[in-house]
Amino acid sequence: MSRLKVTIDGNNAAAYIAHKTNEVIAIYPITPSSDMGELADQFSAEGKKNIWNTVPTVIEMQSEGGAAGALHGALQLGSLGTTFTASQGLLLMIPNMYKIAGELSPTVFHIAARSLAAQALSIFGDHSDVMSTRSTGWGLISSNNPQEVMDLALITQAATLESRIPFLHFFDGFRTSHEVRKIEQVSDDDIRAMINEELIFEHRRRALSPDNPVIRGTAQNPDVFFQGRETVNSFYLRTPKIVQSAMDRFAKLTGRQYKLFDYVGSPEAERVIVLMGSGADTAEETVDYMRGNNEDVGILKVRMYRPFSVEHLINAIPKNVKSIAVLDRTKEPGSIGEPLYQDIVTAFTESLDSDNAKFKSLPTIIGGRYGLSSKEFTPAMVKAVFDELKKSRPKNHFTVGIIDDVTKTNLEFDTEFDIEPEETIRAMFFGLGADGTVGANKNSIKIIGEETDNYAQGYFVYDSKKSGSRTTSHLRFGKKPIKSTYLISKANFIACHQEVFLEKMDMLKYAIKGATFLVNTQYPEDKVWDKLPKRVQEQIVEKKIKLFVIDGYKVAHETGMGGRVNTIMQTCFFAISGVLPKDEAIAKIKDAIKKTYGSKGDEVVQMNFNAVDKTVENLHEVEIPGKVTSTIEMPPVVPENAPDYVKNVTAEIIAGRGDWLPVSKMPIDGTFPTATTQWEKRNIATEVPVWDPEVCIQCGKCVNVCPHATIRQKVYDPKLLEGAPETFKATDYRGREFPGMKYTLQVAVEDCTGCELCVEVCPAKNKKETRLKAINMHPQHPLREKERKNWDFFLNIPEIDRRKLKVDTIKGSQFLEPLFEFSGACAACGETPYVKLVSQLYGDRMLVANATGCSSIYGGNLPTTPWAKNKDGRGPAWSNSLFEDNAEFGLGMRLSIDKNTEFARELVDTLQTEIGDELANAILNAEQKDEAEIYEQRQRVEDLKKKLDTIDKPQAKQLLNVANYLIKKSVWIMGGDGWAYDIGYGGLDHVLASGKNVNILVLDTEVYSNTGGQMSKATPRAAVAKFAASGKPLPKKDLALIAMIYRDVYVAKIAMGSNDVHTVKAIIEAEKYDGPSLIIAYSHCIAHGINMAKGMENQKAAVDCGHWPLFRYNPDNRKEGKKALSLDSKPPKIPFEKYAYMENRFKMLTKSHPDTAKKLIKLAQQDTDYRYHLIEKMADILDGKINGQNGNQ
Amino acid sequence: MDLTTTYLGLKLINPIVPSASPLSNEIENLKKMEAEGAAAVVLESLFEEQIKHESKELDHYLQFGAESFAEAVTYFPQASEYRIGPEEYLEHIRMAKEAIDIPVIASLNGVTVGGWIDYSRKMEQAGADALELNIYYIPTNPRLSGVEVENLYIDILKAVKSAVKIPVAMKLSPFFSSLAHFTRRLDENGVDGLVLFNRFYQPDINLDELEVAPNVILSTPHAMRLPLRWIAILYDKINADFAATSGIHNAQDVIKMLMAGANVTMMCSALLRNGISHITTVLHGMKLWMEEHEYDSINLMQGSMSQKNVADPSSFERANYQKALQSYRPNV
Repeated sequence: MSRLKVTIDGNNAAAYIAHKTNEVIAIYPITPSSDMGELADQFSAEGKKNIWNTVPTVIEMQSEGGAAGALHGALQLGSLGTTFTASQGLLLMIPNMYKIAGELSPTVFHIAARSLAAQALSIFGDHSDVMSTRSTGWGLISSNNPQEVMDLALITQAATLESRIPFLHFFDGFRTSHEVRKIEQVSDDDIRAMINEELIFEHRRRALSPDNPVIRGTAQNPDVFFQGRETVNSFYLRTPKIVQSAMDRFAKLTGRQYKLFDYVGSPEAERVIVLMGSGADTAEETVDYMRGNNEDVGILKVRMYRPFSVEHLINAIPKNVKSIAVLDRTKEPGSIGEPLYQDIVTAFTESLDSDNAKFKSLPTIIGGRYGLSSKEFTPAMVKAVFDELKKSRPKNHFTVGIIDDVTKTNLEFDTEFDIEPEETIRAMFFGLGADGTVGANKNSIKIIGEETDNYAQGYFVYDSKKSGSRTTSHLRFGKKPIKSTYLISKANFIACHQEVFLEKMDMLKYAIKGATFLVNTQYPEDKVWDKLPKRVQEQIVEKKIKLFVIDGYKVAHETGMGGRVNTIMQTCFFAISGVLPKDEAIAKIKDAIKKTYGSKGDEVVQMNFNAVDKTVENLHEVEIPGKVTSTIEMPPVVPENAPDYVKNVTAEIIAGRGDWLPVSKMPIDGTFPTATTQWEKRNIATEVPVWDPEVCIQCGKCVNVCPHATIRQKVYDPKLLEGAPETFKATDYRGREFPGMKYTLQVAVEDCTGCELCVEVCPAKNKKETRLKAINMHPQHPLREKERKNWDFFLNIPEIDRRKLKVDTIKGSQFLEPLFEFSGACAACGETPYVKLVSQLYGDRMLVANATGCSSIYGGNLPTTPWAKNKDGRGPAWSNSLFEDNAEFGLGMRLSIDKNTEFARELVDTLQTEIGDELANAILNAEQKDEAEIYEQRQRVEDLKKKLDTIDKPQAKQLLNVANYLIKKSVWIMGGDGWAYDIGYGGLDHVLASGKNVNILVLDTEVYSNTGGQMSKATPRAAVAKFAASGKPLPKKDLALIAMIYRDVYVAKIAMGSNDVHTVKAIIEAEKYDGPSLIIAYSHCIAHGINMAKGMENQKAAVDCGHWPLFRYNPDNRKEGKKALSLDSKPPKIPFEKYAYMENRFKMLTKSHPDTAKKLIKLAQQDTDYRYHLIEKMADILDGKINGQNGNQ
Repeated sequence: MDLTTTYLGLKLINPIVPSASPLSNEIENLKKMEAEGAAAVVLESLFEEQIKHESKELDHYLQFGAESFAEAVTYFPQASEYRIGPEEYLEHIRMAKEAIDIPVIASLNGVTVGGWIDYSRKMEQAGADALELNIYYIPTNPRLSGVEVENLYIDILKAVKSAVKIPVAMKLSPFFSSLAHFTRRLDENGVDGLVLFNRFYQPDINLDELEVAPNVILSTPHAMRLPLRWIAILYDKINADFAATSGIHNAQDVIKMLMAGANVTMMCSALLRNGISHITTVLHGMKLWMEEHEYDSINLMQGSMSQKNVADPSSFERANYQKALQSYRPNV
């Protein structure tokens, strides 16, 4: 039977089977598994049915724990249920997994295996999550590539029904979950043939039902629990045969035979590697190569790791084996060895204990770790392991793929060892996130995979920035099956989609001799050579590289494509590579365009067609002069004056050489220096703001909104202008508070993202040319050198004394030094201006507990850290615990501070005589309620420390250790709405009820932004989000009102774009309040589908329509008999619709589900009216205006 | 009393036609218009610019930020189809045709001969009884001649006429150097009716923000003078029917326009101001006036005050202005 060939990734393959074979799907987004849930939801939204001809129900839960709980319930009621998760999400499911297995409920959870957070979080792939579930009683089945994902997902589904053992079906996060491959799709008939319907009936018969009532989940005592636990043994014993039998049935249907342990290699092999996951494909490719060189080697792919079948394992191992290396993609610190290794050793040991044992003695078995957090695993590493096995005393507990210069665990490997078949075409594309490179390559690989007889593979690497991010696409195709599950290191075709990369990255180091290099450049074919850096020219000449150029941006501009060169560069690739005859290729590209863009209207299709047609005539080959002429050198990664750590470690990571940093260079406990983004001059903006002092009114609004702290103001003594660079701008300060002083607004052009938020909020207009403001965008490149000097000069101007500033104003607060700068957040991010503002106000005495999400990524993802320090070396100390526990984490910080402060005060009291009454009393009685008082307390504590040095008492040493706690600390618990409204809500609620002095800042984007726009309970009605493709049918949860019910919680809703002064005031009040404070900040977001430059206008509209009423509820006022709730925004003056349809998240529903859109937008208006009236009435109640009751009591 | 008239070959029960306005977006309003006596309705325009813009905008925002970051490869769920452009409008035509019995005139607003011409065919298929082409074009290019601008209109007319069988009217602005000559060209190219005149929304300046602030100002009664003059001038000189629009607020205005030569009169601002029931008021007023002045049919008055039929044809020409001045005698 001929089956459909599809070019899809592993997530898609798993979701396809899961959706076909289940009824209830409960999910929660977590990278890299989110796509599976989203696809399942999309399939159901499109009305796609499972094999029983019904559309599965998909529900998004509040956490993975919630998803597992919901599934537990559904399974108890006899449904076929599934979920998808990874990493911490899987950990949250473990409690339910024990129950589900204990109750012998059949189900398959699909896992994109990912690292567990330890010294750091990592979104990338390894087996540490699935290995944590070994004792739950679940079966564990591993797939190594997208084809296997589809096949084994089905096999596992069939086996769970028969065995009653629940299974985790796992595959490597990113490497398999996100790798696009051409695979054969199993048909509905195949699926029906595999699933025994009678087993489903049995499952349903076991369901809880009032028609046949039983109870499950009882509590048992010492007398019977143990025996009860042993009842399941027979099920586990028969499972291996059941799974193998399912594999055999599958083989009959499709021809693809799997075994519980699949051996590949020489039957006479003496050296064998045992492993599971995507690395097995690379190992197989290497074994094929080595056998070609007459080496008797083999690998054993572990398909079913639990229940572990010793019998099947031993049968699969070749009889002559002498040494075995077991590779684990996980780490268990402190163990004898990693889990797979231990199991293999145990299995061999047990196998000896039989009369007809296959092996009479133990072979040498060594264990090693590889590939943690998607660390590359290459043929060179496989070879290194095989070479190690040749040794008489091979290294046990080794690592491969890193340099461990501390405990010397690593095996050496030859980085030049390359076994990829020459006939496989390998292409690398370097692009920017915004230019559409990855999307185009996904299209290309689909065309090659589905329109030719080539095998095809695509894998895509992104950096960890959300603005100006670089992408690298790795495409392989050819007539031979592709087993290379590692990045391309030797390419036939290299495309540079952004000219700026030429000076930043050594792309041609990947080029093989005679490779083709395609460059998107503004320079024509006869001028481009002289513009290439020396290193690029050298390699072109040396490797005889063919060079092609196109001015992709010119073509994009002329064809209305704007900044997207995707279609253009894709056309170039096909035109040059010759994968298909040119005309055929163009026809296929156009077909793909129709498929991709057809639903969005003919205009977009035609625009892309035009781009294709225009491309060919603009693509030119460059005649290569025989010699290198360039003197252009690649600039250093970080400036010369950067600290050593930054030069030695950070710079290596920035430069893409992090793989070669040895263990000794890494911090032992995940502790990194802050203030390092300042050294990573990314130069990503094509245009930057330029200040016009003549027009400027010095309001500070631009400084306030800048999400990346790249536009700053200072007021200073005119004398400081001495030695200023020629182009440094200064003007007289306007304002009475600093007479005779100078004012400068300076832009860090190398750090600016060019987002234009500053220009949009600038209220000053040039009177002669009203299109101009006090800041205007100009091309960055010509300004770079001059402004670099100006910025350095500006930084050296001393900060104004904080005590002299009116910090509750925008102008005043914006003279405070930001201690959060140059983050990797999206250009025009709506969250970071709030974060930055808090850092300005409290950064020098602030601790941050940051929930996992966007803010933890732009705030804490390597290589560099935006949390910064002032000249005194003080600044925010930051940490991220988890997604779900952030409020509790922050509370713990507070408890620690309070305890230490109390201890310090007790010691001051104890040592009062030695310290001196005056100083001791001053310290103990200091209120520290503003900057001046904090300053004074700091002085006192310094005096105290000096005194303590002279006191020879143990208490003096103790006090010295905790003296800094005598200065007030400010605890900030930050995170997004996914944390606060959903997964972390229970903890948040508890912290609100604790009475402790913490400040909770919820950066409310009304959607899970970091994982790609999934609905949260903060999502407003009528908005489209993932899992709400037909518009969210229910209103947004009102977290502020819930918090206010406690009465002793400070609550504010703020929106900087509507009222920036209100924002500052609310933050100051919240911090001042000696109890829990909750600030919910409207944060416009890229996931809203808006013009980000105008994000502040969207914020204003959200307030103007009543969706986001501004208010402050201050319990201190209540205690003083004042108005506790201040409603700070005016009654709605525009309809909700007017605000909503500024944003694609609402507007797209009018295109996808117009009737629903009409209905929901009306209901959303009612929500808005209701919310506003409710808060209005609450204000009245609290003010005693209703029924004579004074709510202030 | 016979209030019937014909417009674009359509037999109408009276000359009152609500023109394209947001009112016609709601089917309920269309039903009310019919109930109040409207003879036909013109639906709000389908804008070429809007369709192009929406298509590109949707594409832009659906992909904006996508494929940039490993955790968020996309930001929006994928829909298998989007209703971009005319589909919703076509559905509206279908629903309008089901809901009311009076003719439904669809309106198409654009400036180029492109894909949108195809929409006219779809509108016909959706059941529109006639089409009104509203070409909204401000020629700002100093190198573009008047003839070239006129040719643009002619090209669009020809393209649409060859695409559909239903009658096609063209809504024009008064800003042509030789309007009479141009309308004759349109006539020669088969236009079935002329809607005189389009009111361009004129920009304003916001002095607080120093921004250009386009805003909608409803027409006032004196706006009717311009179409009145030109309908009177063109009446019987070209074959196309005339729909008078701008500033028609009461029964007298309607009667004046009919006398100038209009086949129908179109109302927008008056209905937005006074509500849809204003149609009944106007019709009542017409009847009263006709009774009082012994007109038993609309036909009798149509064109009676056109340039061709008035005692002093020059009163519609430039002299009119001078004469108006000359006839002015201050009370001294």
